[in-house]
Amino acid sequence: MSHTPVSSGAGGLTSDPRFAELRSRFRRFAFPMTVAFLLWYLLYVVLSAYARGFMSTKLFGNINVALVFGLLQFVTTFLIAWWYGRYAERRLDPLATELRESAEGAK
Amino acid sequence: MTDVLALTGAQERTGVQQALVIGLFAVFVAVTLYITIWASRRTKTATDFYAGGRSFSGVQNGLAIGGDYMSAASFLGIAGLIALFGYDGFLYSIGFLVAWLVALLLVAELLRNSGRYTMADVLAFRMRQRPVRTAAGVSTIVVSIFYLLAQMVGAGALVSLLLGVTGEGPKIIVIVAVGLLMIFYVTVGGMKGTTWVQIVKAVLLMTGAGLMTLLVLIKYGFNISEMLGAAAQASGKGSAFLEPGLRYGATDGWSKIDLLSLGLALVLGTAGLPHILIRFYTVPDARAARKSVTWAIGLIGVFYLMTLALGFGAAALVGGAAIKKNDPGGNTAAPQLAEVLGGGAGSFGGSILLAFIAAVAFATILAVVAGLTLASSSSFSHDLYANVIKRGQATEQDEVRVAKLAALGIGAVAIVLSIFARGLNVAFLVALAFAIAASANLPAILFSLFWKRFNTRGALWGIYGGLVSAVLIVLLSPVAWGGASETRPAAKLTAEQAAKCGVPVTSTQVGNPTALFSCTTAAPIPLENPGIISIPIGFLAAAVGSLTAGRREDENGEKYAELEARALTGTGAH
Repeated sequence: MSHTPVSSGAGGLTSDPRFAELRSRFRRFAFPMTVAFLLWYLLYVVLSAYARGFMSTKLFGNINVALVFGLLQFVTTFLIAWWYGRYAERRLDPLATELRESAEGAK
Repeated sequence: MTDVLALTGAQERTGVQQALVIGLFAVFVAVTLYITIWASRRTKTATDFYAGGRSFSGVQNGLAIGGDYMSAASFLGIAGLIALFGYDGFLYSIGFLVAWLVALLLVAELLRNSGRYTMADVLAFRMRQRPVRTAAGVSTIVVSIFYLLAQMVGAGALVSLLLGVTGEGPKIIVIVAVGLLMIFYVTVGGMKGTTWVQIVKAVLLMTGAGLMTLLVLIKYGFNISEMLGAAAQASGKGSAFLEPGLRYGATDGWSKIDLLSLGLALVLGTAGLPHILIRFYTVPDARAARKSVTWAIGLIGVFYLMTLALGFGAAALVGGAAIKKNDPGGNTAAPQLAEVLGGGAGSFGGSILLAFIAAVAFATILAVVAGLTLASSSSFSHDLYANVIKRGQATEQDEVRVAKLAALGIGAVAIVLSIFARGLNVAFLVALAFAIAASANLPAILFSLFWKRFNTRGALWGIYGGLVSAVLIVLLSPVAWGGASETRPAAKLTAEQAAKCGVPVTSTQVGNPTALFSCTTAAPIPLENPGIISIPIGFLAAAVGSLTAGRREDENGEKYAELEARALTGTGAH
């Protein structure tokens, strides 16, 4: 009834120390970054709901804190996407390719 | 400003304008039909049908993701919200954008590497196939159909407005036409046809929005502060128009919690939307999946920045009164702005630009409904038919045949439901779809990928727990029960609304006249957005279910090791 997907033998990779390194590199970037941008976003939503006086502070012309805060969310989203792309190209892809090739070569 | 007001009455639309709008609609439909037939000649295998042969580039898929994601609700809806409520409309777009980081960092690449055609491929990887696929299939179909209904009912009202026709007949014709077109795209063109329709739409949408943004900025000499000032002044609300609070402004605690709840569902829902997830399978590898999300973030971000110019521009140049007169929900703010920017009502430029933006809105609706139909019919065939009913013994041709039949069936159901629901206020269904995606799908996806002890029981508890709690909360909310309360002060009723609710126009019993069940009974739960309750329930149920399962399914962690190695390295990926 419960059928296991056809094994590619990939599971053996997890005992390779290079795999532990890959997993740790990935998690070290992705997990803290996710926590960070979620908190940063929630801060924005909470301020929009509960700190309307502060958000309405005018900075210059008709530009207020709320608008700048909102635009900063765009900026950080773009930056994190760019940063992760660069990190993955340099620190994750080469190791992932190496491991994949060694697993496929072993078959 | 009488020239601006000329657009408002539907009867005042001239025959020439209608012909222009219909002509451009027809051109778009003709182009997409041609693409679909072209794609059908290149669709032979199941992988072609479900995943476009995994042959799209990162850039192409990035555009298609944009085309799949940016619905008429975000184009016309957010521009309209900003035009009417100022800053609060902007809150939506930020949640819709930031959400993509969840998809980029935690989901897209790992899903691409470990799955094949549907979301359930990943969820069921190390679980008991039949129960988990059933749960994931049910959740996929429910989310997609809710979203689909919102789009199709919206399309009926919107296209009638854009064409300047009134009455129930045209709305029904539009709903049926949209339904038939989406069925055609999916059954004939499969994922390849659908993807190209979405790419064409994304290019049109960015071009249209970009052109209008440019024209608005030129009017204000690229001085954004001046544009905002003009919008605030024209709104009659002064600087409050540029601050949070006009829409989510009630002073009681619940409305603020409702805003938080909406924010949570938006940011966590995107990475659990099945029609978005299956797009990651259309590229050759994880790198291309990452690149497509990065492109999508760029496109979607720039697009939402442009909706700021469109919304505030419409507030300043068209004016809230003229927008509300045309559509109280503000959905026609962008097309009305187009007419003004083109040179005003009756001018040649105004008519052309209005017709173009109307056609873009139509294209937007079609591309999104096609994506939703494909996601739900793929899940029906691949998860429920091939793996649950046939226990993995169906042939490829069989699967594709059933997927096409499912698209026909789901499309027919969506058409009929939309026709019945056309008088209802179904805008809440989009937020509900996001909330279910965040409460039912996301916990299961994240735990599948990252938590070794996650098991069949956890997956079932999480999916059903998140799904049922989100739907139940909405059924107990002011969306369904519209009685006036402290959270929902009595609304000013129109004669029509009062008649529908069975109360005199002066009644103070009614808080939400468009409530589904009753206008006069107050809601037991004062939240419209269930996320803040249902998302924790989904995660908790998934965790508790896993921890309390008696027998360890994956005693030695072999299946999890296999999944993890595949997900991170792409070994054995389809």
